[in-house]
Amino acid sequence: MEDTVKQEDHFNEKLEKGDFIEPKDWMPEKYRKTLIRQISQHAHSEVVGMLPEGNWITRAPNLRRKAILLAKVQDEGGHGLYLYSAAETLGISREELLDQLHTGKAKYSSIFNYPTVTWADIGAIGWLVDGAAIMNQVMLQRTSFGPYSRAMIRICKEESFHQRQGYEIMVALSKGSAEQKQMAQDALNRWWWPTLMMFGPPDAISSNSADSIKWKIKRETNDELRQKFVDRTIAQVEYLGLTVPDPKLKWNEARGHYDFGEIDWAEFNSVVKGNGPCNRERLKARVGAHKNGEWVRDAATAYAKKQAAKAAGSLVA
Amino acid sequence: MSNSNNEWPLWEVFVQTKSGMPHKHCGSVHAPDKEMALQNARDTYTRRNEGTNIWVVPAAAITASSPEDIGPFFDPSNDKAYRHPTFYTIPEGVKYI
Ligand SMILES: [Fe+2]
Ligand SMILES: [Fe+2]
Repeated sequence: MEDTVKQEDHFNEKLEKGDFIEPKDWMPEKYRKTLIRQISQHAHSEVVGMLPEGNWITRAPNLRRKAILLAKVQDEGGHGLYLYSAAETLGISREELLDQLHTGKAKYSSIFNYPTVTWADIGAIGWLVDGAAIMNQVMLQRTSFGPYSRAMIRICKEESFHQRQGYEIMVALSKGSAEQKQMAQDALNRWWWPTLMMFGPPDAISSNSADSIKWKIKRETNDELRQKFVDRTIAQVEYLGLTVPDPKLKWNEARGHYDFGEIDWAEFNSVVKGNGPCNRERLKARVGAHKNGEWVRDAATAYAKKQAAKAAGSLVA
Repeated sequence: MSNSNNEWPLWEVFVQTKSGMPHKHCGSVHAPDKEMALQNARDTYTRRNEGTNIWVVPAAAITASSPEDIGPFFDPSNDKAYRHPTFYTIPEGVKYI
């Protein structure tokens, strides 16, 4: 008992000093659980995030855009792998993690439950969705758990091209024909609010926020990050000659920030609960991909076993 | 650690970023054998020419010092300030030393 108190004091001292917590260090059970949940949700989001964009790889308007989109989607797969590997250092296996995703027990970012109906959606996703993710991930580079922080540093280096390629698509469309510009505006209309929801529930009702801040897992709150995102993005919207679908959006001189309208949290909760436009489709595609890969995994395992047996045989001989 | 037997073993990945540089740990991959571990490590950790060489090491083969022993484990070097050049006084005016 006294030991645990001492260990907890030592843990808090480390956080206080700004030291990182490493996998073999003592940590409160709740810190471990919170991290497993957060890192795995993050990993699942990267992996499921490949699906809406994957939808347009075969239909990208030209070879340049196709190669770029392919590289971006591949990066997201890589991000998922970095994060699974960080989560595993906390004592959960890769299989358990995938199981939790495939059985619907684990969540992923609800933004990926919206459909990508036009090419402009690929622009809007890269610009807004990756942009919002970057805002969160830049903060997480200084998260208190070492492996998570290191994965974030690696991810942030790769992310900035994701946002740029998206904005480039939006610039091209908004400078194009009236129809193309309309397509860009329509994508912005559909992605704007779901993007703002990505930062999570407001601080006043967010159940995980306080602990996460106390443990320095997060360094900024949901509302702070959301405000920062809006403040930085509006000038980019204006450059495109487009408008956000929010009549209440207005610069507030006194606050030095944009004011914006009320987010529809009922929609958010409904998508989180599984009733978004694509929840079922995404999970089905994900489970299908895993199942379809089974023979490849089995073949690789069989080959490895055979080679190992051969090597053992030649040693004996 | 819950590891059922059909999960591929875990390999720790170390990448050398430039010739002459030390290999640095950057994460892990699962793979059934060392060749595939190398290929998975390449695809996962060096998509932008970040590497000139990769080591993969079975995670189970790594022995690490334990964080609880950080004091006693490292203290043999605590009281040996004379191992550092700043411990010594060199007369003023003496150069190149
Ligand atoms: Fe990503
Ligand atoms: Fe991304």
